[in-house]
This record gives sequence, C-alpha cells and structure tokens, in this order.
Amino acid sequence: MSLPPDTRSADTGVIHDIGYRGYTGPRLGRAYATRSLFTQSLRAAYGLGRSGKSKVLPMLVLGVVSVPAVVMVAIALATGAKALPLDYPRYLSSFAPVVSIFLASQAPVLLSRDLRYHTVPLYFSRPITRADYVRAKFAAMVCAQFLLMAAPLVVLYLGAVLGRLDFGHNTEHFLIGLVAALLYALVPSSVALVIAAATPRRGFGVAGIMGYLAISTVVVAILTRIGTATEFTVPDSAQWFALLSPNDLVESLTNQLFDVDGAVGRMHAPGGLGAVVFTAAVLAMVSGSYGLLLRRYRSV
Amino acid sequence: MSTAVIKTDGLTKRFPRVTALDQLTVEVQPGVVGLVGSNGAGKSTLIKILLGLAPATAGRGEVLGLDVATRGPEIRERVGYMPEHDCLPPDVSATEFVVHMARMAGLPATAARERTADTLRHVGLYEERYRPMGGYSTGMKQRVKLAQALVHDPKLVLLDEPTNGLDPAGRDEMLGLIRRVHSDFGISVLVTTHLLGELERTCDHLVVIDGGKLLRSSSTASFTEATAVLAVEVTDHPEDLALEPGDAVRERLAAAGLSVQPEGSHLLLVRLAGDDTYDTIRDTVAGLGLGLVRLEQRRHRVAELFTDESRGGTDDVAAS
Repeated sequence: MSLPPDTRSADTGVIHDIGYRGYTGPRLGRAYATRSLFTQSLRAAYGLGRSGKSKVLPMLVLGVVSVPAVVMVAIALATGAKALPLDYPRYLSSFAPVVSIFLASQAPVLLSRDLRYHTVPLYFSRPITRADYVRAKFAAMVCAQFLLMAAPLVVLYLGAVLGRLDFGHNTEHFLIGLVAALLYALVPSSVALVIAAATPRRGFGVAGIMGYLAISTVVVAILTRIGTATEFTVPDSAQWFALLSPNDLVESLTNQLFDVDGAVGRMHAPGGLGAVVFTAAVLAMVSGSYGLLLRRYRSV
Repeated sequence: MSTAVIKTDGLTKRFPRVTALDQLTVEVQPGVVGLVGSNGAGKSTLIKILLGLAPATAGRGEVLGLDVATRGPEIRERVGYMPEHDCLPPDVSATEFVVHMARMAGLPATAARERTADTLRHVGLYEERYRPMGGYSTGMKQRVKLAQALVHDPKLVLLDEPTNGLDPAGRDEMLGLIRRVHSDFGISVLVTTHLLGELERTCDHLVVIDGGKLLRSSSTASFTEATAVLAVEVTDHPEDLALEPGDAVRERLAAAGLSVQPEGSHLLLVRLAGDDTYDTIRDTVAGLGLGLVRLEQRRHRVAELFTDESRGGTDDVAAS
C-alpha cells in the first residue's frame, strides 16, 4: 500500500541543498582580529585547541610548579608554622629553571610554527597588520608565562589566608610576588621570542632558548663565584654580573627593589645605582626585543 | 564610478635589482578572471600590492573601490586570499583552523563556526574536517585553503595557483569549484596560473602579464580563437598501407586553408580558426577513409602564447 506523496515526504525527511548563503552580520575589524589571535595563541601555549600530545608538556610544567605550593601550604598548616617555608618571590626564583623549560618549549610553538607552515603570510592577508601580529603574540607569551607563575602564588596566598597566617605580611609579599612574576614573564620571554622568530625549526628554537637561558645562568654563577673569591657573602662588585642573565637580572632587581629574601648570599642589584641600572637593563631588553620582533616581521 | 573590482593605474614596483611591475594599467570586472604569467612575471607582487601589504613604487591601485595604499585593512576584510604555498598547520583540524581564520577576518565566534561548517561543506570536505590536517591529501589541503579564503564571504577572492600539485581529476574538480564560487556564491575571482589551457574553460576574462608588463587583457573567447590548437591523430588506412595518413590529411587541411604542423610521427597540430574547423577536420579524415583517434584542444604553456603574441596577435586591449 502506498501513501499519498505529501505524507510520505513528511516522515522520510529530505536533505535540501540550501545553497550558498552570504554573510551579512557584523565584521568586527582589526582590534577584534588581534584579540582573537591573542586568545588563540594563549590557548596554544597550553596546548588547547591542538593535539592531545601538545598538552602534555605545558600541563606537566604547570603541575610541577603548582603542586609543591600545595604541599608547602599543607605542611605549614599541619605543623602550625608562623610563616610559609618559602617567601613568594623566592618561590618563583627557585622554580625559574622549570618555568624556563615552559618558555623554551612554547615560545617556538607561538612563532616558529607559523613561520614553518607559512601561516604568517595568511594572517597578513587578514585585516591585522604586522605590528598587530607581534603585539598579539608577545602579549600571549607574556600572559602564558605570567599565569604559569601566578598559579602557585595564588595557591600559597589562599593557603596562608585560610591558615590564618599573618594577613598583612602575606598580602604584601603576594603582591611583590606578582610583580616579580610579571618581570619574569616579560624579560626572559621577550628574548625567547626573538630567538623563536629567528628560525622556522621548532627544535632549533627550543635548543636556542634553553641554551641561552641555561648558559647565561651558569656564566653568571661562575663569574659571581670568581668575583666573590674567599669572602662569605657576594660583594656588590660581583652582583653586577647578574645583568648577563635574564632570570638573574629579574631576581636581583626584585630583591633590591622590595628588599625581600634575607638569605645569606642572596642576589640583589647593588645599591641605588644598581637598581637604576638593572631597571634600565630590563626596559632595554624588553623594548629592544620588541623592536627586533617588529623588524623581523616587516619583511615576511 | 566604475564597477571594476580591481583597477590599477601605472602601477610600478621596483626592487633594488628588478622591476617586478612596470607601469601596469588594468581593470578587472566582476566575474572569473585569470591572471596569467610565467614564474617571476609579477603575479605575486601584484597580489601583495592589491592586499595593501607592500607599497607600490609608483602608480595607483584600487580594490573594490578602496585605495590599496591607504585602506589595506578594509580591503583585507572584504577580500579572500588563497596562497600558492602550503599554509596549514598539521596538528590542527580543518574546522579549528577555518574557524580561527574566520575570526581573524573579524567574524564573531558563533558566526565563525556557522560559516566554517557551511564553507567546508561547499568545498566538499565532510567527516575528515575534524581530523588533523597533517594527514590530508593535496586535494583536501587545497580545499581547506580555498575554504579559509571564502569563510568570511568576501566580495573578491585572490587565488594563487590553486591547481598546483593536483592530479588531472583533482584539477578539474578545483576548476569546477572556482567556477561555482562565482556562479553560485556570487564572489568575484582573480585566479593566477602559469598554465593557460586550464583557465580557458574557467575564466571569462584573461589578463596576461610578463616581466611586470601587461601583455594583454581580453575576454577568454577572443583568446582561444587566436591561440587554440587542436591535436589530431588518425588511424592508418585499413587497405592502403602505403598511404602516409598524416601527410595526406595535412595536405588536404592545408588546402582547406588551415595552418597545420606535424608533431612527432603521429600527431598533427591544427590551429583552431573557428567552430567549422572541427567539421573540416572530421570531413577531411572521413573523406580519406581514415579513423579519427584523437581530436582534442591542446593545453598551452604561456611561453607558447608569448611566442604567438610576438608574431603578432590581435590585441583588443593594447598594452604599453
């Protein structure tokens, strides 16, 4: 028995080719496109929106940096300590090598990949300009680094507040820690981005950044050791060597500016002149790197 | 006000060592337009200038009525660009990538998703669009590249060598797709190539440049008339084996006023003078009692076209 055609078509369902539909909605322009690139790059730094494999390292580093903070809070609370075992800025400088691994592996993800797969010219065929591209990528890398370091600080601070440790002291040092995190996010990242932008090969980028950060740190350690000679504490004359390494530079500057980390042999920018020179070095490194990046992409 | 989608006036681009574009003055109307030139003819430089990415040394250019020197971002919002080279990150899916490129063109997130789904369907990419693009065939990659150029519903797309690396079947599909971009989607197309033959079937209009100079800009029909060549192959005579079939056919065709050249031992190249050329060839071959094995239009390399031109073609838009 056959049904009349109109009822049959109603329950079998027909796929209609509705053809091409144009787009009449809003076009949000350059600023929006730049923000989109920033968001996408920030996500990419943590492997989001990419393959499962690319999430492993960023998440591992995030864990390695954050879990000790949880453990420290737990120990401090359990033993009824009056203060956290490690101060906030000190926590960051202790984990600087791990953060460097994140930077070395992810800066090339943001820049080298676009060069290698020739995605850069495609971006420039969109409303954004070359300067917008650099701005978005730079901000994304700095932001990714900052979030990585802010995460354990927040854990420490929340733990301290909930554990009723000295509120004023912790708040002050938490904020100092955030400033230090911002500096750590700015200085090494800007140099790392310049290295990453120099090569379309991700491996070279990783090796270059890691090599630069590691070797500069070792060189500073050796020179400082030589400069210290037989003395017990590092003399001011030897503190100047910290200028050579981005991580040591930031550590010395924050120690001096906020007068934190009372440990013997601590690194600090030597005196008022030191603070000025180290601050100038930070500014020069960041703005110089940014300028180099702009130049790098002018001709792509 | 003109309706031209692209207009250049004395456009010149000099690099320290070479002049990539030399006083190029051309108007491109809506439709499918082929930009033909050998490698290094200045095609890519022209596209860069049209997108507002490189300043011209001299002269002016307009895309969709917007000055390329001052309104680059606005042009790029309304124009799609498919680069010649590979540009797809391998560890990202087509959907993810095209959505991102849609947002980069200024589409809000939801619209970007909808347009991506639509566009990928239109270029013929279905289930595989969720897989990382590293595993795609060349044909699929070309489709994604086309999709990202169309996803923001531009008024004009610039396609740089879209058939590069494709096998004959893939090339035909891509050319069909390009045709549909204009006929079904209503988007004007400027497509570059160094193979003239494949554009004859796709484009309404051809612009030929060489050494940065405009050689010719005219409708495809007038081009093919002037340059098309038919390849003819015939069988041996079934009884009279002594007869050289090629020679016999050649003599007769020449007598009928067609220009004929032998190519190799089997093929004759006959210049297409009009539709009745086909009839003449058919009648000639049949009249001799031979079988027609092959009668096809030859693909031209641009180089051939240039040698033809230098012998004196019929330009309807004069260059220089």
